[in-house]
Amino acid sequence: MIRALFRFVDERTASAPLLRKALRYVFPDHWSFLLGEVALYAFIVLVGTGIYLAFFFDPSTASTHYNGSYVPLQGHEVSQAYRSAVDLSFKVKAGLLLRQTHHWAADVFVAAIVLHMLRIFFTGAFRKPRDLTYFIGLAMLGTALLEGYLGYSLVDDLLSGMGLAIGYSVLMSVPFVGANLASLIWGGPFPGSSSFESRMYIAHVFLLPILIGTLLTVHLALVAVRHHTQFRGRRKTEQKVVGIPAFPGQAPRSLGLAFAVAAVLFLLGGLVQINPVWLWGPFHVGDATNGAQPDWYLGWLIGALRLVPSFDVTIGNYTLVPNPFWGGALFPLAVFGLLFAWPWLERRFTGDQAFHNLLDRPRDAPWRTAVGVAFFTWVFVVFLAGASDRVFIFLGISYGAQIWVYRVAFFVLPPLVLVLTHRICLELQGVEKLKRRRREAEAGPA
Amino acid sequence: MKALWRWLVATIVLVFSRGRRRPQVPRRERIVPPGGASPRAELVVLALLGAATLCAIAFIAIYALDRLSHQTQLLGLALGLALAFIAAACIVTANRLIVTEELEEDYPPPAHPGQVEALDRLVDESGDRISRKRLLTLGAGAAGAALGAALLVPAVSLGPLLDTAALYRTPWRRGRRLVDETGRPFRADEIEEATFYTAYPEGASREEVGSPLLVIRLDPKLLRLPQGRAGWAPQGILAYSKICTHAGCAINLYRSPLFPAAEPKPAFVCPCHYSTFDPMTGGTVIFGPAGRNLPQLPLLVDSGGHLRAGGVFSGAVGPSWWGVRLHGARS
Repeated sequence: MIRALFRFVDERTASAPLLRKALRYVFPDHWSFLLGEVALYAFIVLVGTGIYLAFFFDPSTASTHYNGSYVPLQGHEVSQAYRSAVDLSFKVKAGLLLRQTHHWAADVFVAAIVLHMLRIFFTGAFRKPRDLTYFIGLAMLGTALLEGYLGYSLVDDLLSGMGLAIGYSVLMSVPFVGANLASLIWGGPFPGSSSFESRMYIAHVFLLPILIGTLLTVHLALVAVRHHTQFRGRRKTEQKVVGIPAFPGQAPRSLGLAFAVAAVLFLLGGLVQINPVWLWGPFHVGDATNGAQPDWYLGWLIGALRLVPSFDVTIGNYTLVPNPFWGGALFPLAVFGLLFAWPWLERRFTGDQAFHNLLDRPRDAPWRTAVGVAFFTWVFVVFLAGASDRVFIFLGISYGAQIWVYRVAFFVLPPLVLVLTHRICLELQGVEKLKRRRREAEAGPA
Repeated sequence: MKALWRWLVATIVLVFSRGRRRPQVPRRERIVPPGGASPRAELVVLALLGAATLCAIAFIAIYALDRLSHQTQLLGLALGLALAFIAAACIVTANRLIVTEELEEDYPPPAHPGQVEALDRLVDESGDRISRKRLLTLGAGAAGAALGAALLVPAVSLGPLLDTAALYRTPWRRGRRLVDETGRPFRADEIEEATFYTAYPEGASREEVGSPLLVIRLDPKLLRLPQGRAGWAPQGILAYSKICTHAGCAINLYRSPLFPAAEPKPAFVCPCHYSTFDPMTGGTVIFGPAGRNLPQLPLLVDSGGHLRAGGVFSGAVGPSWWGVRLHGARS
């Protein structure tokens, strides 16, 4: 039966040698190598649930009156997009499960990408020949952030409207061309023409998923042609990769992880409420809500926008740099710019042009680890600032005081962390050296 | 009955027996190394798959039921557990039912210098017949760039790229009445202190950044409005754009001191990034990131006691852009 199948495939595609090689492809084993896979499986759940949602969602801002089963909204003027999102939650069977699973999957997708990126960074997996793979991963992270933002913006609830107002303002704040770009994309001044919703929709359900899918394919192909990296170990060298074959060893493990990710996402989608759009209500330009938080992965941008003190850069009556540019555009550009530049910067400063198939442990590259921890601390401080209003509500710590603490921490904490991390790495190396010497001394006489 | 019992036993034996012993074939070198059987693990996997089947069936049953309370939760639980059981079955299979080999493989060579050299020569020799290479490259570049630009130009139709005049326009002009969200005109004497009202222009769209207003009443003696705004606040009633000048959110927080001697002065606060504006001094920024004052709208009280706009805003409304200080708001 299986032999017949293989024969059928081989006789038509001449792929038996390739297939045999693929089945015996070697996967080095370490738990942290699975983070990227988690992102992959979350993406698959996103595509599956997203297709289902698209069957019911109506991307139109045409005005209508809600008359569904959710009583508090009855008779309210809402857009077709919002009406269909509420109907999808209450009228369509299993609709709410799939909508919430979709939303949870987006949050997990970005979280898994970020953790995967941290692993790649701190083990030096981005070095030649895998720098291209790393750049494509970063591009996917950026695309995923935009994709998630568009996803929750489509629904046209109060939270999405406020998020779009902020996005519009950040684009407006770009020096010289901001207003023109914003008018172009929105089709006029905010809230924009009626075609803006369909522009977001085609980007969210077609352009960006295709882009992510394409980048993902190239990313995985690049991983496969150069093989996985591995930690130093017995028989594991720059020339030889040691690990479990794709089949039969890795296949059930990977499949198990895929089902586990899907299980967690559907359990979250069914049991843990997320983005209850019926509570936020429909968006109108003159309305806003308190305490509505965007998805976690936009927290660093909210924080950056909040930390900037009050000023616009002006020359006479010409406004050179409106305020949201600093936090909303320059800060994320700096973060992504530094991440993209890092492989080059590291080559520049260490003079290391070599090929690397073996990974570093973080302590083995003290400067990289120190700079990395300082850098991510810097981003994390800003991320925390995005939650300062929540901290005020839960803990009663003055919002203004918190902002000043974060403004200081933004500049002071990274250098402190840099020095501290470098020291810790050296200490860890020292401890190891000491242990090795003791072992040698004890084994010596015998 | 006895026949049925025999059939049942036979079926169980048939299903659960581990198959016929295969006839001994001549020994070949194995690809996957042999490992011992573990019937208990097989039983566990079978149980997990059975549980997954039951959960999946439960999902279908829950879906089919009408008017079930907590349907979303039950659906999620059933599907999630079905997937979790399959995941567990896969993990047990990986750890107990298959041989975990440790294979070695060579990494691909870092580079193929000979091939790279050949590729370079291949391209180079292919262009041997072309004598004016640079000129042709320039020509191809020009054609490519022009074609690329031509293909991009239709994107200009997406929106008004050069016309930013609309950003200055608001529906407010002298004489326009202030109405609430139901369209009822506001009377001056119903505006109370220590709260705020949202007003819209009568007979105009509300879904414009220039439309919504914050209306409050303060003690006229407290006001320190900038020069040229005398008479903008009849009876101490003030109107400001409701849209934050920082990032365009609607301002929906109004801080009003209950005990002015000890508490901070009145302020508008935006819920997005907490830009804070002082209504007594003409909407100046007192905290937060906003880089520009909140535009004020002059008010009139007409003979019927209704609130009307006394003119246009003190500045452009909404988030800042390069031209936000070049002109004032227009009606």
